[in-house]
Amino acid sequence: MKYLEEFQDPELARVLLEDIRATVTRPWAVMEVCGGQTHSIIRHGIDQLLPDEVELIHGPGCPVCVTPLEVIDKALEIAGRPEVIFCSFGDMLRVPGTDRDLFRVRGEGGDVRVVYSPLDALRIARENPHREVVFFGIGFETTAPPNAMTVHQARKQGITNFSMLVSHVLVPPAIEAIMTSPDCRVQGFLAAGHVCSVMGTEEYPQLAERHKVPIVVTGFEPLDILEGIRRTVRQLERGEHTVENAYQRAVRPEGNPAARAMLQDVFEVADRAWRGIGVIPGSGWRLSERYREFDAEHRFDVTGITTRESELCRSGEVLQGLIKPHQCEAFGTVCTPRNPLGATMVSTEGACAAYYLYRRLGAPAAATATAAATAAGAVPPTALEASPVG
Amino acid sequence: MGHGGGGAMSAELVENIFAPAFGGAQAALRDSAELTLGGARLAFSTDSFVVRPLFFPGGSIGDLAVNGTVNDLAMSGASAAYLSCGVILEEGVEMALVGRVAQAMGAAARAAGVAVVTGDTKVVEAGHGDGIYLNTAGIGLIPPGVDLHPQRAVPGDVVIVSGEIGLHGVAIMSVREGLEFGVGISSDCAALGGLVTAMLAVTPDLHVLRDPTRGGVAAALNEIAAAAGVGVVLTERSIPVPPEVANACAILGLDPMYVANEGKLVAFVPREHAEAVLAAMRAHPLGARAAVIGECVAEHPGMVVARTALGGTRVVDLPLGEQLPRIC
Repeated sequence: MKYLEEFQDPELARVLLEDIRATVTRPWAVMEVCGGQTHSIIRHGIDQLLPDEVELIHGPGCPVCVTPLEVIDKALEIAGRPEVIFCSFGDMLRVPGTDRDLFRVRGEGGDVRVVYSPLDALRIARENPHREVVFFGIGFETTAPPNAMTVHQARKQGITNFSMLVSHVLVPPAIEAIMTSPDCRVQGFLAAGHVCSVMGTEEYPQLAERHKVPIVVTGFEPLDILEGIRRTVRQLERGEHTVENAYQRAVRPEGNPAARAMLQDVFEVADRAWRGIGVIPGSGWRLSERYREFDAEHRFDVTGITTRESELCRSGEVLQGLIKPHQCEAFGTVCTPRNPLGATMVSTEGACAAYYLYRRLGAPAAATATAAATAAGAVPPTALEASPVG
Repeated sequence: MGHGGGGAMSAELVENIFAPAFGGAQAALRDSAELTLGGARLAFSTDSFVVRPLFFPGGSIGDLAVNGTVNDLAMSGASAAYLSCGVILEEGVEMALVGRVAQAMGAAARAAGVAVVTGDTKVVEAGHGDGIYLNTAGIGLIPPGVDLHPQRAVPGDVVIVSGEIGLHGVAIMSVREGLEFGVGISSDCAALGGLVTAMLAVTPDLHVLRDPTRGGVAAALNEIAAAAGVGVVLTERSIPVPPEVANACAILGLDPMYVANEGKLVAFVPREHAEAVLAAMRAHPLGARAAVIGECVAEHPGMVVARTALGGTRVVDLPLGEQLPRIC
């Protein structure tokens, strides 16, 4: 914790903010790619403290948010089968599919379990040899290595009742897609530090050069983010567009070679749909031919799914940085964490959820059940004089 | 499951289903009811316990069943006098385990100075329970001059928490999910009657007490803010979070403000008494790490806002249901 606190030091933050203020001379739009960074920015109020000239645009880097609806629906279909134990990280359970979520499937009798590691799912498969255990393997380059390792282990251990529903996405193709969009306003990027800790930074110089944008590899604590912004703004003011590593305590240029080797063994690059954005060429991983037997889509027949997105939800525009969450007409009214229209309102890393949770001060408080109940409650006319206490 | 998480979904369940069915019983929305019977002011409360595992670092379902109800009564200023105990056993549960739970309940009751005087036992078929479920109800006297209600929170009140938060929830997670955080974390499960008595000895004019169990400190403060129609402003850095809890929460993507406690309280204290109450709390073993964490304000009624360490502000919302560990 002491280590973490050092990267939240208010005095050092003030120094960095002063430097940013002294550097900036005109408006700049900088995108933080990762949802973890978005969450940190909003939770710590960093965007409130920046000079007006620096606009932060929230990027598509929330793995829960960009998992395509079709894959969610496939997960729901598989999870509802009686022979299946469906394992997932917790934050996927509330993500809405076309007409329900994994919580609903569990409520209807599906065996849906929250795990903290894909290896937990493998253990469950060992302990339940007569059931089919499926792990929901989603996420960016960060969560992919342990998932790849788990499939590798499943084969090595001869576990045949385990499979994985894979929907991994890759960051550099997403940056490419954002920069080639005709509506793009992004002038600089804070690259996701943990992604680079796995994959390294080799792909970024080409991107920076091709699109003339500075890319600064950035961590997740407040000082990390301020330092990333400081370096990006400095480059923008100087007209530079290089790749800088502001997260050297975790990121090496070559990344993690062992993890990369495991990924190369188990996965292969594929075109991948991003929820709210559409198909981005070469932006995902699927299990390679060698591991096809562990592919849940292959093992279970889940074809013929018809998806239906909310017509009101503008999460795709939020994910591309085209609008801020509160600029969506449905934000905070018909779309809330209780009744989300899209995944960006569900995920803890989603921009809509971050704005809803932390930024409703100007808006009237959502009528919480407690408030409404308190206002409407009446003392029952019983023999006992009853009134509520503590 | 979210309807049992102590957050917005729990409140909706009570508001929309139970309260109307019970004739708008406002008491159902609180931890205990205040009753006048034969001239005496009584606090009356009930709670059910379905925790897994039955034994965890720092306590057991038996300790929780006693302390939970004792604390619900303490939050109205009452010292618990008598408890009932309802037991639902799952067919096949080992008698030795039942015996250990009973022993734990007895020890907790003696420590809290309360007598278990009536009870009931039922058995359900194997597969229809988690071994043992417990329910306790309790009754106690509210001292003269004491009037603790969420609605009594007023702008100017000082908000105090009695110690480090998040220990119970993280301790349970560490054993339930097989997570190990590198250091031992024990539940803070404890009976708060003595601490409350020490606080009331300074002044009976405390405004609100609340034990931040399910939903954590965030839920407790939101419920008070909503009930009183006031705002709460917290200073984030002054909230005592043990490093072990902070680290575990950082790993799992949880916020300590939403993690359950079983031996803590939050107090809304008139400003003129705050210093003396804080001193009395710190003189008590269960309040040694008590801290002022914020104040009650007239702005943004019904909302809780935190000043971040960097100087920004953020809303601290009522949790929706259960907190879910995030993917990365």
